[in-house]
Amino acid sequence: MSEEQIKNLEAQFEARIARDEKIEPKDWMPEKYRKTHIRQMSQHAHSEIVGMLPEGNWITRAPSLRRKVALLAKVQDEAGHGLYLYSATETLGISREEMYEQLHTGKAKYSSIFNYPTITWADMGAIGWLVDGAAIINQVPLCNTSYGPYARAMIRVCKEESFHQRQGYEIMIKLANGTPEQKEMAQDALNRWWWPSLMMLGPTDAESIHTAQSMKWKLKRKSNDDLRQQFIDQTVPQAELIGLTIPDPDLKWNEERQSYDFGEIDWDEFWQVVKGHGPMNKERMKARVNAWEEGEWVRDAAMAHASKKQRTSLEKEVS
Amino acid sequence: MSTKNWPLWEVFVRSKNGLEHRHCGSLHAADEEMALENARDVYTRRSEGVSIWVVESKHITASNPENNGEMFEPAQDKVYRHPTFYDLPDEVKHM
Ligand SMILES: [Fe+2]
Ligand SMILES: [Fe+2]
Ligand SMILES: [Fe+2]
Repeated sequence: MSEEQIKNLEAQFEARIARDEKIEPKDWMPEKYRKTHIRQMSQHAHSEIVGMLPEGNWITRAPSLRRKVALLAKVQDEAGHGLYLYSATETLGISREEMYEQLHTGKAKYSSIFNYPTITWADMGAIGWLVDGAAIINQVPLCNTSYGPYARAMIRVCKEESFHQRQGYEIMIKLANGTPEQKEMAQDALNRWWWPSLMMLGPTDAESIHTAQSMKWKLKRKSNDDLRQQFIDQTVPQAELIGLTIPDPDLKWNEERQSYDFGEIDWDEFWQVVKGHGPMNKERMKARVNAWEEGEWVRDAAMAHASKKQRTSLEKEVS
Repeated sequence: MSTKNWPLWEVFVRSKNGLEHRHCGSLHAADEEMALENARDVYTRRSEGVSIWVVESKHITASNPENNGEMFEPAQDKVYRHPTFYDLPDEVKHM
């Protein structure tokens, strides 16, 4: 194909997206579109998978059967989200193996939020309420993204996320209305998860490299800062309702903007964690790689069993 | 299998980009190429589709309705997988 022809195709392609048409796996697409989607979608998948680890930590120690089944169901959903997303990414021509390899060697990133420790039961509340809450704000606009398989996966995911946030908030309500120690535990969890949750919505617009292109492809529909503001405006009243305090002395309702003003985010911390120096980066990767390696014999056994079954049925056909 | 009988194929049509392929029926054809052409003629004569998948029916593994109990009932008592299971005050917004 000549350069001229490619330019033409690209122009048509961008026009299709601008008209809100969806792109499907077999359609022609610019290499950059393919690569960007592989990167973003696989990172999203990795985040769902690694995201199971901080909560998995508490399944065996949930304070009641009700809490245990709810947490178990949530973590199970996250595994499902990872699977929807890996499969959708495979439609772009990368194999599952390659994606795992990228995750396990540290070449691929996942959401930084999962590099923080979960030290009390209240963290299960804070994660569902804040982390899933921020994820929902990120994911809802993606239900309309330009790549068909990604958009369809996001519709499934968003439907399932709602219970995640509600189960987390319910934990927080119970603790906040409990004994002084329980309330303190809830407040402490909010203190630790608030800022990382704000960072989860991505670097400020001034620092964000991919935004313009991503907007065009509808991988993004609102800027990081807009999403963050939306998250804050939704979440502050939820904290007030249950008598918890957002750990930000500069937080103030701005009558003119009809929005909350908020304090400075520690972006140094964010970049430290992204670069691998968060409190749990090493631990998470170790747990993930261990799970993969220790599962090898199960995968091998399943394959061996399958080929044995095939052999016996072939033999039957022959005889 | 006898070589005289054309195998059965299942046909899936995507009506519009953005939507999934949906099963719309089946047909007989000698090979995949013929299956695609026949599917176009049988199922998309009025522009019902922008993309077609054909799969030889024997490659589809279907669940057995007789096992529906053990297959699907376990999900029925897991009410905690639904948002309505959780008790939140009416004043909470955006959840
Ligand atoms: Fe998820
Ligand atoms: Fe997610
Ligand atoms: Fe979730």
